[in-house]
Amino acid sequence: MSDTEDLVSLPESEAPTRTDLLVVDHVTLRFGGVVALDDVSFEVRRGEILGLIGPNGAGKTTCFNAMTGVYRPTSGEVRFDGDRVSGRKPHQINRLGIARTFQNIRLFPEMTALENVMVGTDSQHFTSVPGALFRLYRKRPKPEELPVVDSHNGLVRAWQQTRLVFAKVFGISRHTLEERAGEQKALALLRFVGIADRANELARNLPYGYQRRLEIARALATEPKLLCLDEPAAGFNPAEKEQLLKLIRDIRDKGYTVLLIEHDMRLVMGVTDRIVVLEFGKKIAEGTPAEVRDNPKVIAAYLGVPADAS
Amino acid sequence: MKGIFVDFDALFGHLGQHTVDGLSKGSIYALVALGYTLVYGVLRLINFAHSEVFMIGTFTVVGTWSVLGATDSPAIGTVILLLLAGLVAAAAVSGATAVAVERVAYRRLRRMNAPPLIFLITAIGLSLVLSEAFGIWQGRLVKGMPTVIERSVLFTIGNTEVTNVQVITVLAALIMMFGLDVFINRTRYGRGVRAVAQDPDTAALMGVNKDRVIALIFLLGGLLAGAAALLYCVRYGNTRFNVGFVLGLKAFTAAVLGGIGNLRGALLGGLLLGVVEVYAATLTSSAWEDVAAFVVLVVVLLFRPTGLLGESLGRARA
Amino acid sequence: MTETLRQINERRRHVTGGIGERWRALPKWQRAIGILAFVGFLYYLPLLGIPGLTWFRTDSIPQGNNWAGVLFLCAIYVLVAFGLNIVIGLAGLLDLGYVGFFAVGAYSVALFGSTQSPVVEGLQNRFGLSQDWAVAWAICLPLAILLTMISGVLLGWPTLRLRGDYLAIVTLGFGEIIRIIARNSDWTGGPQGIAAIPGPQGAPSPDNEIFGLIDAKPWYWLVLSVVILMVFAVRRLENSRVGRAWLAIREDEDAAAVMGVSGFKFKLWAFAMGAALGGLSGFLFASRGGFIEPTQFSAQLSILFVAMVVAGGAGNMAGVALGAFLLAYLPERFRDFSQYRTLVFGAALVLVMLFAPQGLIPSRRRARELKDRAKEAPANV
Repeated sequence: MSDTEDLVSLPESEAPTRTDLLVVDHVTLRFGGVVALDDVSFEVRRGEILGLIGPNGAGKTTCFNAMTGVYRPTSGEVRFDGDRVSGRKPHQINRLGIARTFQNIRLFPEMTALENVMVGTDSQHFTSVPGALFRLYRKRPKPEELPVVDSHNGLVRAWQQTRLVFAKVFGISRHTLEERAGEQKALALLRFVGIADRANELARNLPYGYQRRLEIARALATEPKLLCLDEPAAGFNPAEKEQLLKLIRDIRDKGYTVLLIEHDMRLVMGVTDRIVVLEFGKKIAEGTPAEVRDNPKVIAAYLGVPADAS
Repeated sequence: MKGIFVDFDALFGHLGQHTVDGLSKGSIYALVALGYTLVYGVLRLINFAHSEVFMIGTFTVVGTWSVLGATDSPAIGTVILLLLAGLVAAAAVSGATAVAVERVAYRRLRRMNAPPLIFLITAIGLSLVLSEAFGIWQGRLVKGMPTVIERSVLFTIGNTEVTNVQVITVLAALIMMFGLDVFINRTRYGRGVRAVAQDPDTAALMGVNKDRVIALIFLLGGLLAGAAALLYCVRYGNTRFNVGFVLGLKAFTAAVLGGIGNLRGALLGGLLLGVVEVYAATLTSSAWEDVAAFVVLVVVLLFRPTGLLGESLGRARA
Repeated sequence: MTETLRQINERRRHVTGGIGERWRALPKWQRAIGILAFVGFLYYLPLLGIPGLTWFRTDSIPQGNNWAGVLFLCAIYVLVAFGLNIVIGLAGLLDLGYVGFFAVGAYSVALFGSTQSPVVEGLQNRFGLSQDWAVAWAICLPLAILLTMISGVLLGWPTLRLRGDYLAIVTLGFGEIIRIIARNSDWTGGPQGIAAIPGPQGAPSPDNEIFGLIDAKPWYWLVLSVVILMVFAVRRLENSRVGRAWLAIREDEDAAAVMGVSGFKFKLWAFAMGAALGGLSGFLFASRGGFIEPTQFSAQLSILFVAMVVAGGAGNMAGVALGAFLLAYLPERFRDFSQYRTLVFGAALVLVMLFAPQGLIPSRRRARELKDRAKEAPANV
């Protein structure tokens, strides 16, 4: 099992680490005459779980989209680990180290759960058409990477022997190594989020709760420095929410930083280290869950709405 | 020498003339393009069989005229009668065909929410069936018809001669375009069409009968294709079982050029395409006009990915 | 409403998939023998003389075409379908101008390999070469593939940013432009086309014993071998990072981008690989015919290609191969209706799409099989 945990944990980066991973710096966003975000500033610190909350229409998703590069801020900027986020394409932003899930689940429905996650692990890999077609970039294999010879059937054994000799002489291609590593990591992730039992099923056939978890696993597979969860508990019953809370904590314990967008207060209070509260596109409060809970502005704006708080 | 040979004098010496030619050619594209754009605007699918709806219209005109015993350049009263009869017959038959196409080929697929590719292949199949049926029934050769309107110069501006056929074509296209615009933007039915175009499910919840709206847009597209068929007959004086293929392609290009799903875009795209083709044909040779048409399309799409006027039938309000 | 198509699909899987399930359940060695037997049968096909099966031969009917020649065409179409399947079935890009790549491949060997082509004549004059000089067939092959890949990239570079339906019309235009250029330029031989296109043994002449003009059997075997090779090649792509990226793009391009898949790069690769296969088939087609002219590359052919892929079952190699085979074979076998064959073809297309919208063999991609060691691992939370 220790093997599994190694695969899931975020590899330590050697670069000097700053405390602020993501900085939202005086971001204003206008659509025509409508001000969707008004001079919003906050930061996500490395290793924390930050909650971004607010009543419906407060600008949570807009803020999220500005952070993940979907919208370009009218003024101000979003920096991730010192790099500007806006102006980059979505896949480049993923390379920077931001991964996200979607509020309305967006898996690849005709691919299996395992393949969905492998699309994520692929972002760490380099094999392209020539590599896959001609099995290029061969490397002398380590002993544990060699093909196993274990069959008792003479013919099959001969075949396995041939492959072993072939691997020893010509080495193993990057494609093969990456496929193996990707598959192992994907499986470890599926196990980590607790859905490995249905790894071979098409994503569209999975139950709702599994699909949500699969999305998290897929996002984690890209080894993000920051994992953004967009209302991951939507549609969950209390028991499922409890499990999700545990999962989010586990994710943080594996070294990831988590940004949680949620409007279920109880969930946010239970798991986050700090909370940022938006209302009508403005930041109205920031602090620990306890501070935010006692903030009169938040109570007025948010907790006063019973439908959301339940 | 058959390479690309550019002759600027030929174009700029008679720029007005070529523009008028292009506009009248483009009017027919525009009318057919409206059929594509209406269907695309509401269903987001390329109704590939629309070209055959047009083709059937041209054969209806031929049939009607031969039943009425049309001859070359008859008296003015007869001309009007022939044109009206041709218009009514072609519009009716084309409209009916378009609705039938929707009923036979698309409704079942719509019910099962099939991906657009399936619609496209069905439409291609149906389009083959229709054009082949006419190929077998009417023969595969070019079918001539009486020249109902004798081409004559109506008036001259500078060195530009404007013929009666050109005036009729452009005028008819503009009138029908205007009529359609009013219908879509000012009537109750038009509101239903716009509602379905914007959000079919919500429209259905609000009590709009989706199937009827869809039948209606196919009918409208068919009527306009019928009208285009009449204008085509007046202008070219012949037809053929596969006349729809190339014209349909051009019309669809025109619709995309102007912004598919946008009624005014179809008009603009059609006229522009006609003019570009005539210019290109004059500059080089008629062999290259199709190339010019597609190059213009690609260039426009590169700079305006949703066409000149943008898409959306729903927002095509006055 | 979404459920309906799915239900039809499931039902069909139930009916046809039964065979597939049973097939997959067989031990590996039995499957291997089955596949070998089938491949052997394919190689035997041009000689088909088994009583009862001779009915399938196209020369069993009056004025029927040469059986091996028809098989050759079928094999070429299968190759085309593989290529187009990468573009349509895997990456989900609607390409209606695929004949353009087929034409580029065919014209590559014609223009560089034929002693009668204006390009070769120009090179002869320019460099003072002999009248018999032309680029060798074996060099034309990589050249043709390279040129079609380049044309694929040139077409894809500006257009792949466009949305699906726009891509369809632009590619359709591309196919037409290639044909128009071929017809109206001097250096392509114009409407007369180009003759004396070489085969593996050089330009067509009575001396060519194996790859000649008369006997199509060697040609069929050649193309069949290429097809089998390509099955392996395309499967390598399918079961790799590239194939997953293509599927992800087809399923949800935005989500794929957020997961770090560079949509543009992989779409361009899909175009280039699809183009390469189209070019390869065009190359073989032109070599066999020894002569090409622009009318052989009409837009209708593009549409036939798309129909093969979609009717067979986009995304599934066996499906598209079956689709391609049937669309090439049936019109030849049933020439009695030659007058009606396009009509019947169109009607069949409509019926297949209406009643089996997922194609004859619905795409049921082999789910990635877990290795044994993975199955043993405990599935804990």
